[in-house]
Amino acid sequence: MAKEIYSRYPMIKYLRKEALPTALCPGCGGGTVLNAFANAVDRLKLDPKDLVVVSGIGCSAWIASPYFLADTLHTTHGRSIAFATGVKVGLPDKKVVVISGDGDLASIGGNHLIHAARRNIDITVILVNNFIYGMTGGQLAPTTPYGAKTTTSPYRNIEHPLQISETVAAAGASYVARWTTAHVYQLIESIKKALTVKGFSLVEVISQCPVQFGRRNRMKEPAEMLRWYLKNSVPISKAKNMSPEELEGKFVIGEFVNRQRPEFVSELNKLIDEVQEHFGLKEE
Amino acid sequence: MIIRGDEPEQIRLIKKLYKPGNYFMQGNEAVAYGAIFAGCRFYAGYPITPSSEIAETMARELPKLRGYYLQMEDEIGSIAAMVGASWTGLKVMTATAGPGFSLMQENLGYAVMTETPLVLVDVQRSGPSTGQATKGAQGDFFQARWGTHGDHPIIALSPTSGQDAFWETVRAFNIAEKLRTPVVMLFDGVLAHTRELVKIPDIEEVEIAYRKLPKNEEEAKLPFGDPHGDGVPPMPLFGHGYFTHVTGSTHKENGLRDVYTPEVHDRLVRRIHRKIEGNRHVYEKYEEHFTDDAEILVVSWGVTARPALGAVLEAREEGIKAGLFVPKTVHPFPGERMRELGKKARAILVPEMNLGQMILEVQRFVNDDVLLKGVNKIGGVPLTVNEILREIRGVA
Ligand SMILES: Cc1ncc(C[n+]2csc(CCOP(=O)(O)OP(=O)(O)O)c2C)c(N)n1
Ligand code: SF4
Repeated sequence: MAKEIYSRYPMIKYLRKEALPTALCPGCGGGTVLNAFANAVDRLKLDPKDLVVVSGIGCSAWIASPYFLADTLHTTHGRSIAFATGVKVGLPDKKVVVISGDGDLASIGGNHLIHAARRNIDITVILVNNFIYGMTGGQLAPTTPYGAKTTTSPYRNIEHPLQISETVAAAGASYVARWTTAHVYQLIESIKKALTVKGFSLVEVISQCPVQFGRRNRMKEPAEMLRWYLKNSVPISKAKNMSPEELEGKFVIGEFVNRQRPEFVSELNKLIDEVQEHFGLKEE
Repeated sequence: MIIRGDEPEQIRLIKKLYKPGNYFMQGNEAVAYGAIFAGCRFYAGYPITPSSEIAETMARELPKLRGYYLQMEDEIGSIAAMVGASWTGLKVMTATAGPGFSLMQENLGYAVMTETPLVLVDVQRSGPSTGQATKGAQGDFFQARWGTHGDHPIIALSPTSGQDAFWETVRAFNIAEKLRTPVVMLFDGVLAHTRELVKIPDIEEVEIAYRKLPKNEEEAKLPFGDPHGDGVPPMPLFGHGYFTHVTGSTHKENGLRDVYTPEVHDRLVRRIHRKIEGNRHVYEKYEEHFTDDAEILVVSWGVTARPALGAVLEAREEGIKAGLFVPKTVHPFPGERMRELGKKARAILVPEMNLGQMILEVQRFVNDDVLLKGVNKIGGVPLTVNEILREIRGVA
C-alpha cells in the first residue's frame, strides 16, 4: 500500500528511500516544505548532484536531511549556516541549501543567520517557522506569538516574537520572502528564486506544528492551523499601509527584498586573484 | 577549487614565496607556516589573545596560495565552517585560546563523531575564565582530552619551541588526514609570543599526507565503514555525486542515523576509539634526554620542557643522575614508555604551568613506591631552570 503511494508521487525520485518513512508527525507542515523544495528543484531542473543540503537540530532539520537525496550534512543545533559557509567556500559552483527550524536558525543560531546575511554568502536558507520547539516537546521559541501557550510558558507568552524576515532583510540578504504552508505555489516560486539569486537568500515558511503548538492553542487539526494562516496573512504591499497595532498577530507575506549585492565567495575569490596579481604569482 | 597542498602549482608557489633558511619569528608565525607547508588552505577563526598572530599570518599568506581566510562571527561558527570545508576536501585549521576553545567543544565532538579531519590550535592562556588574558599557561591539558561530552578519543600534540611548532603543525595535519580525525595542538602563550630562530625547510623535505578517498562507488557508499580494517574509512567528499549523509547522531556504516540500536552505537564509537588506539604508530611521539640511567626523571611538556631540559643539564653537571621525558603527543598519553621509565626512576618530577594536570597521567603509569612530585607555577610566568633544578636537588 505504502509502496503504491510512493510510486505515484513524482517527487519520490528526489528522496532517499532507505530513510523513509519520515519521522514527521502526520499533518506536520514539514511535508509541505519538503514537497515545495523538491518541486522547486524539479522545476529548475537542478541536478541533485549539484546540491549540498545542510541542517541543524530539530524536527524541521529532518525535512531535507536525511530525506533529500543529495549530499546532506546534519549538524549541531543552531550551527548549520556556519557549516554551510565552509561548504560553499569549498564548492562555490554547487547550490548550498540550509533547511531548518526557527529555534535552530533564529534562536541559538541567530548570530550565524544575521552574519551570513551581512556577508551575503550565496546560501539559500529555508527557515521553517512553526512558532515552537517541536522536537524537544513544545517549549517557547523566539517566534512564539505574544500570549500563546507553550510548555515553558504555561500561563501565556510574555515575550515578543522575532520578526525573522524583517531582521534578515535589514542585515543585508539578497533575497528574503515569507510564506505559509497554505501558500504552496508562491512558496515554490520563492524557493526557485532563492535558489537562483546570487547571494544570501532566506525563505521563511510559517508551518503548522499541530502536535506541539496547535494542540495547546486551540488548533488541534492541521487544517485549523492552515485556516488561521490564511485568515491572518497580509500581503506585504498591504502591510506597508497598516499600523503596528493593525499588524499585531498578522503574518506579513510576500517578497521582502530581491536585490543584487556583492556576494561573499566571489568577493573572496576576486581578492585572491588580486593578491596573486599583486605579488606576481600567476603562472606566466 | 580544492587544494591538497601537494599540487605542482602549490609547490611552485611555496618555493617562490618562502625561501628556505633561518628566520626570526614568533611561535605563532611558525604554526601558521607549518600549516601552510602541510597544505592547509582554509582557515576560519575568531581573534583571541594570545593566538591572533596565527590568524593574521594566515589572512596575509593564504590568498597568495589561493587559500581561504574567513573571519567568522565567533568560535562556534569557526569550527563549524572548518568542518563544512573539510567535507569538500580542503585541509582546514583554526587557532584559539581558552575561552574560544571552550566554545568549540561541542563541534569538536561533532568532528570526532563524523570523522572530519581538522587541526585546532589552542594557544593556552591563563584561566579560569578571562583569567590573565595575555599570559601563557598550560591549563588546558584535560580540556583537550575531556572537553566535549561522551566517550570520545582525541589526539593532542604539544610543541616545545618555535621550530618544533612548525614541524608539529605539519605533523598535526598529517595525522588528521591519515586517521580522518580532528587533532588538537596545545600550544601556549609563552612560545606563541617568543621570537626565536625558526628554520623554514625546502617544501620537498616536508611530508604532505592527504586523506584516503573511496576507490570505488562501493567504498563511497560506506562513509563510516572500515573496508581496510585499520578503522579509517575512506572519505567520500561532497560534490562528487555520492549523496553522502553526514550526521553527528549515531549512524550506521552508510551514514544513516540509527539511535535506537545499541549495537550500532557500540560499533561506531568503539571503532572510532580503535582507530585512534590501534594506530599509535601514526602519532605517538616523545623525546628523551639522559633517560638511560636516570634516577630522577623529569616529565614535562610544551613550553615547560625547555627549562626542564636546562635543569636536567645542570643537574648532570652536578653529578645528579637526572633525565627528561617529554611527551610530544600528549593524548593519548605515551603510557607504555612512561611505565618503562617509571620502573627505573626513584623520583619523578612533573613541572607544568598549572596546578597539576599531566601529573595525573604520569601517576596512572608509575608504581606507588616512586616519589612523584609536581613542580607547579601559575600566574603567567614560565618556570625557570633554577626553580626546577632546586626541586631536582631536593629529591637527589
Ligand atoms: C546545544 C543544544 N541545545 C539544545 C538542544 C536541544 N534541542 C534539540 S531541537 C531543539 C529545538 C528545535 O526547535 P526548532 O528549530 O524550532 O525546530 P522544530 O523541532 O520546532 O522544527 C532544541 C532546543 C540541542 N540539541 N543542542
Ligand atoms: S512535533 Fe510538530 S514540528 Fe515536529 S514533526 Fe510533529 S508536527 Fe512537525
